[in-house]
Amino acid sequence: MEQAPQAVIIDDIDRQIIAATQDGLPLVPRPYEEIANSLGLPAGAVKDRLNSMLDQGVIRRIGAIPNHYRLGYTANGMSVWDVDDRLVDEIGEMVGALDYVSHCYKRPRAMPRWPYNLFAMVHGKTTEIVENKVAAIRELVGEASRSDDILYSTRILKKTGLRLSERTT
Amino acid sequence: MNAPPNLDTLDRRLINVLQGGFPLVDEPYAAVASWLGIEEAEIIRRIDAMLQSGILSRFGPLFNSERIGGAVTLAALIVPEERFDEVAERVNAHPEVAHNYARDHELNMWFVIATETPGQIDEVIAGIEAETGLQVFNFPKEKEFFIGLRLEA
Repeated sequence: MEQAPQAVIIDDIDRQIIAATQDGLPLVPRPYEEIANSLGLPAGAVKDRLNSMLDQGVIRRIGAIPNHYRLGYTANGMSVWDVDDRLVDEIGEMVGALDYVSHCYKRPRAMPRWPYNLFAMVHGKTTEIVENKVAAIRELVGEASRSDDILYSTRILKKTGLRLSERTT
Repeated sequence: MNAPPNLDTLDRRLINVLQGGFPLVDEPYAAVASWLGIEEAEIIRRIDAMLQSGILSRFGPLFNSERIGGAVTLAALIVPEERFDEVAERVNAHPEVAHNYARDHELNMWFVIATETPGQIDEVIAGIEAETGLQVFNFPKEKEFFIGLRLEA
């Protein structure tokens, strides 16, 4: 596994802020102040703490998650690649930066059944578009990848958000 | 399946802008409005409409539970076709299983396990193996390369 950086310790107020924003930011002109008011904190406290959680990587970013299906990107292909270990970091950066790749991860192989160590989610409006995009990746990656495959999702069996429990430490 | 929604150029630009860093300033919607050259109220109205229609599944801070000690992994099973529904039920019964997809491969069931501590990942995997009699293939991420989906505006 990636050498995990030391876990960040967050306090009860951080946890309360996380719990209060898990369902989203208020759609009002001063959203951070509104959360602060609801938690009985000083007006600037939520903005400051979100800022420091961003710096520490506790928050990846503040933003929107589009629903690929609702945007018409109904073909969802998990493309997987068997990339030379010496090149996988470089190739991963390149593939992850492509507009049509939503997530890109390096993961361990599971030989003999699973030779792939790079996973890139490719979304398209049709499987044909996904195939074309994967073909473009194949061209870009060239001989660094020995083989690849695309696994289409055929059914969603469960989908819940990743949620942080609201317990306090 | 829902029909693809009608998004205008501004909606698409807004989705792209919102995937990046929403500003941490007192009046962030006004800041985004000035970038895009429209009114603050129009930004708020459009975000609200896209959340209501499900075009955006969420808007707010995206937490990285791994940074506060949590763990996430991607796991897969080779499930015999005749046992598929039964095994899906057993896997989904674990509250730590966040997503689960059927996929067209020999490894035909793929799910994400998220726990509050790394040790719990192994417990969930051991539980699923004991309950199903199947080997769980564990693919923890070793590195993440992430950008996000960009729409052509």
